[in-house]
Amino acid sequence: MLAACADPKGIEGLTWLTCYLTSGKHLDFYWSFGTVLLLLLVTAPSALLMGFGGAMAARSQIAPLRWIGKGYTAMVRGVPDIVYFLFFVIALDQGIEYVKNLMVCPAGSAWPWQGLEFRVCQEAKVPLASASQFAYQAYGFFLAVITFAIVFGAFVANVIYGAMQAVPRAQLETGEAYGMSHRQVFRRILVPQMWVYALPGLSNLWMILIKATPLLFLLGVKDIVYYARELGGTKTQAYDFPHADWRLYYFLGLLVFYLLMTRGSEILLGRVAAKLSKGQATAAGEAMRKAAI
Amino acid sequence: MKKLLLATAVLAMTAGLAAAQDKVVRLGTEGAYPPFNFIDDKGEVAGFEREFGDEICKRAALTCEWTTNEWDSIIPNLQSGNYDVIIAGMSITDEREEVIDFTQNYYPPAASAYVAASADADLKGNVSAQVSTIQAAYVAESGATLVEYPTPDETIAAVRNGEVQAVFADKDYLRPFVDESAGALMFVGEDISIGGGVGLGLRSSDTELKDKLNAAITAMKEDGSLNVLIEKYFGAEGLKF
Repeated sequence: MLAACADPKGIEGLTWLTCYLTSGKHLDFYWSFGTVLLLLLVTAPSALLMGFGGAMAARSQIAPLRWIGKGYTAMVRGVPDIVYFLFFVIALDQGIEYVKNLMVCPAGSAWPWQGLEFRVCQEAKVPLASASQFAYQAYGFFLAVITFAIVFGAFVANVIYGAMQAVPRAQLETGEAYGMSHRQVFRRILVPQMWVYALPGLSNLWMILIKATPLLFLLGVKDIVYYARELGGTKTQAYDFPHADWRLYYFLGLLVFYLLMTRGSEILLGRVAAKLSKGQATAAGEAMRKAAI
Repeated sequence: MKKLLLATAVLAMTAGLAAAQDKVVRLGTEGAYPPFNFIDDKGEVAGFEREFGDEICKRAALTCEWTTNEWDSIIPNLQSGNYDVIIAGMSITDEREEVIDFTQNYYPPAASAYVAASADADLKGNVSAQVSTIQAAYVAESGATLVEYPTPDETIAAVRNGEVQAVFADKDYLRPFVDESAGALMFVGEDISIGGGVGLGLRSSDTELKDKLNAAITAMKEDGSLNVLIEKYFGAEGLKF
């Protein structure tokens, strides 16, 4: 904190604003943008991986694997996100503590689920009660990434499954005619060609993921929407920097942030789409070929 | 056998760890209810309950950690073990006693009041209150249309926006807003006393912790230090023991 800010109630104008915008809570607010970006960076690849696995399972020759793949997409896609975010996180958290409880609690400990309470011994808490605030936040973030990956993975699985089905059969047959095995056809022909079909669906999901980050708050991770609401609310004299209801300005700031994020993604994804369409037997690929002549 | 060995090894390690450190009690608050509790401009929990909580932890010789949680899910998260004590201006009521335990009150049964933008506001019209509060339950039974909001701040914003005719909340929470509104907001109607005072919420199984906290609160009531704290945060109008 700046030296001039030592007495917030005695300053005015620009100094006040500078001090206000550099208060500890505002710095937390600025950091939370990083949290959201980090979440996107970690979640997108994990969801893609989950989705790829789901799609492969759904197309599998082995029936039980196929059931798992199809069941996974049907289950997650059919349940409202918010229910998942509320129920799944508590279940996951208690599940982790239950497993740890089996390993570290003294033998003969009571069954953890006692009526409304969930009780494990102190040593089985995750994180331990003595852990730092940071450990708690990191744990919350970790739960958030897993939940997001599972929820969005299901949608990704469906998109990739559809894209795999869309690759012309003739392409695969050609590979087979060259004597490639099932696996080789999958790796060398199906996967490289399916991306162009998957991209519109995937870019849609990416946009939805960007906008879904406020759900972080449901998981106890303080994200930008939480801070905007908290900082913008009316502040009485109990606070160092009292002010009226400023939520509108904070939310306008968020609006700009989200628009920049989505616009930037649109431009980037447009480039990727152009690159993938090149030389493909799709309408977009054909248009590119004609334009080049 | 392997599993057993692993379990013993982990047990031995964590037992050593546990012996080295005191048991930490985690205090869960809302952080949006001044002057009871709020997040100050440094980003830390502050207010009456912050100072009170630190003091009883000191008296009961407990190591305490603060954490914040949405009001709406504050009881389920206590039961799920995310923290050990609710210290969030929570009134003691029979409904809540059914699911969790309370210590004795550390703030007397206080008045709740209506605040509106005009003196002739219809208190049987739309009235806002924070979700899952005793005030929300009271409004629902009063014959008015209850409009619930997740945070207390939004209940007052709704009056300013004209979405509701009045807000019903703890008078101690509303007073600074009325005082600082330059006449835009005013108390309407009579004060209503509901609830059994504010207490610390605990899991029903934590009887040992409950006894410790009760003893500390009794001590603070007896030597008058609790009244000093109330005076500091609620002013002369704050109710004393």
